[in-house]
Amino acid sequence: MTRPSGAAPVPTLGRPRLRGLLIQAGLIVVVAALAWVAVINVAENLARANIATGFDFWNVTAGFDISQTLIFYSAQASTYGRAFWVGFLNTVLVAALAIALATIIGFVVGIARLSPNFLVAKLASGYVELIRNIPLLLQLLFWYNAVLKALPDIRDSVMLPGGGYLNIRGLFLPAPNVFGGQTLALVLLGGIVAAIAWRWWRRKTGRIAATPLDIAVMAFLVLGLPLLVAIFIEARISFAYPQMGRFNIRGGLEILPEFVALLAGLSIYTAAFIAEVVRAGLLSVPKGQTEAAYSLGLRRGPTMRLVVVPQAMRVIVPPLTNQYLNLFKNSTLAVAIGYPDLVQIFTGTVLNNTGQAVEVVVLTMAVYLTISLATSLAMNIYNKRVMLVER
Amino acid sequence: MSDMATTTDTVLFVRTQRAERVAPPKGPRGPLGWARAHLFSSPFNGLLTVLIVAAIAWVVPPLLDFLVFHAVWSGDDGREACLATAQNPDPGACWAFVRTWINFFVYGPYPMEERWRVNVFFALLAVGLVWMMWLDAPRRDLGAAYFFLALPAASVVLLHGLPMIGLETIDTALWGGVLVTLVVATVGIVVSLPVGVLLALGRRSEMPVVKLFSVIFIEFVRGVPLITVLFMASVMLPLFVPPAWSPDKLMRALVGIAIFSSAYMAEVVRAGLQSIPKGQYEAAAALGLGYWRTLALVILPQALKVTIPNIVNNAIALFKDTTLVFFVGIFDFLRTIEVARNDPAWATPVTSFTGYAFAAMCYFVACHFMSRYASGVERRLGAADRR
Repeated sequence: MTRPSGAAPVPTLGRPRLRGLLIQAGLIVVVAALAWVAVINVAENLARANIATGFDFWNVTAGFDISQTLIFYSAQASTYGRAFWVGFLNTVLVAALAIALATIIGFVVGIARLSPNFLVAKLASGYVELIRNIPLLLQLLFWYNAVLKALPDIRDSVMLPGGGYLNIRGLFLPAPNVFGGQTLALVLLGGIVAAIAWRWWRRKTGRIAATPLDIAVMAFLVLGLPLLVAIFIEARISFAYPQMGRFNIRGGLEILPEFVALLAGLSIYTAAFIAEVVRAGLLSVPKGQTEAAYSLGLRRGPTMRLVVVPQAMRVIVPPLTNQYLNLFKNSTLAVAIGYPDLVQIFTGTVLNNTGQAVEVVVLTMAVYLTISLATSLAMNIYNKRVMLVER
Repeated sequence: MSDMATTTDTVLFVRTQRAERVAPPKGPRGPLGWARAHLFSSPFNGLLTVLIVAAIAWVVPPLLDFLVFHAVWSGDDGREACLATAQNPDPGACWAFVRTWINFFVYGPYPMEERWRVNVFFALLAVGLVWMMWLDAPRRDLGAAYFFLALPAASVVLLHGLPMIGLETIDTALWGGVLVTLVVATVGIVVSLPVGVLLALGRRSEMPVVKLFSVIFIEFVRGVPLITVLFMASVMLPLFVPPAWSPDKLMRALVGIAIFSSAYMAEVVRAGLQSIPKGQYEAAAALGLGYWRTLALVILPQALKVTIPNIVNNAIALFKDTTLVFFVGIFDFLRTIEVARNDPAWATPVTSFTGYAFAAMCYFVACHFMSRYASGVERRLGAADRR
């Protein structure tokens, strides 16, 4: 802190603290000036183009149709705000399903890459190499335009066993309609929660949570209880079958080809990256662990399941979460094939209709940013906990 | 212990003659042994092997038929060549379509008589890339100056034109195909490397304001999808500047790509900086070096070197991401394929498949080459550490 007496005085600008303060002040001034100029220009440009500002458009009637809606939506009655939520839910739907699928494929492929079977390992690494080196957009276009567009017309629909149709407009399945469905769903949910709680309690009390008793208890909670309730309240399932019309198919459960293409593209692409993450994680577990498990008499399967994978998860989880986030962000490529996700509806149609570029783009970015930051925060907390376990 | 020799002579279980040499057991050697160990080590593995062989036998011959044996290789009079005929009832890939359109795929609608300029650009880019990627190349400092300063300037003059020296101006709306893909990827790399280094240094800076701005920029850009960054650049950027300065479409997309890749590059460089031990900073300080000279002479040469594989992997991701300029109306390679695919003169059942297969092969070759390079460098750096 204090200079030894007799040392030459440092020139003013050579003092690190003062220089640092000056640099920071300069940076603030430059950024503020740029922002100020941008704001003035935006205001002028918008006024010149006669475009409204603010979020008043949120409550204006939308007036356009959306091909897949999870919540009630109609072109005449619903607002732009409603369209936003429809798009958001569509994004969440496809991302959630793709994450589940990609995780399954990714773990299978990642473990297969380390298989002692030469062909299995080569096939898995071929899959990873091929898929990782081709842009996702190209893969989506391929699934949608080259594969699904090759399906037959409505008139030549493929009849599926059980009353479904498959054609170029999508997959039409009987829609199940369960009498007493809400009660059943609640009981099922309660059963699952109870089963998880049971497992947690058994773990906590120091027992291995996979004895026959545990399996019986959990199976009863998840399967038996809902079945009993179903018999008790005389639940019935009826199906609404799709009806083949002259030009289209009415009724039933309609799965859009855009949805299928996006789901397939996202999960196959992300699975290749997840496979690499899983492989790196498994390789990070020292070989001695595997050998110790073998010498205890465990076979390859249980060794993987009980010894290697639990330890590898510590390495796998952070990059795995990153891949989930990438998948979530990549779901915006839905625009290319016309799946009505948040970006397609909001940054596409709503932006074109209202012209309010700043509000629409900022809001869309805010959605993705919020989810990304929340996930990184959760990851940091997880990492801290895992680190403490390690010590 | 002097009688030990006599004792051992009389021990019955010690052999006194050499054992006869025996050939190694047959099991683990030879092709059969290899197959047992690697294909049929357990019943489950044997089943998998059989299933995979069956799947290969089922998939590969039809695929080869489609791509090679039944494919149509020539014919430039449109779709007739690729439709089913008596001789070729089940036509495969329509490579004649690719051959007809290949110039469009490479140059887009760039004027025919000016395409030599694009070729010169390709050559200059190739020289720059080789100079940068060949780690033992002479004068790599000169190479860096060439790649980051001379090449961009020369490319603008060449591709966009400079009427003063007789190169007429070509509007960027006429650029397309591989040209645009390479321009976008190159701009991404050329801008993101220096900006990424600055952002990474900013993030590690002790000045709170500098650090805050860097963190906000990096986390914001990494938290949103590229497509929204491109939309922001394409619809919001013109609002931020006076109408007279409004950049053209390609420029806006380039700004978006540059912003996006800089944030990702910053994180890659930061990882490299973190790998440098504190002692290096302290040693530089002990030698009396200031901040910038410490960085330029001690830290960055080491940090960037260990980061090369990650930089290349980042470049691969960027190269694949360039396809997204599709959404803001730029004719990149993939977009030219889409345009050609939808040409009614070539409308056949196999056109889409052929176009996508061709695009996939091009991207695969480029990305695969880069990732092989990255792992090669990684092995080389690893070898230096092992010594």
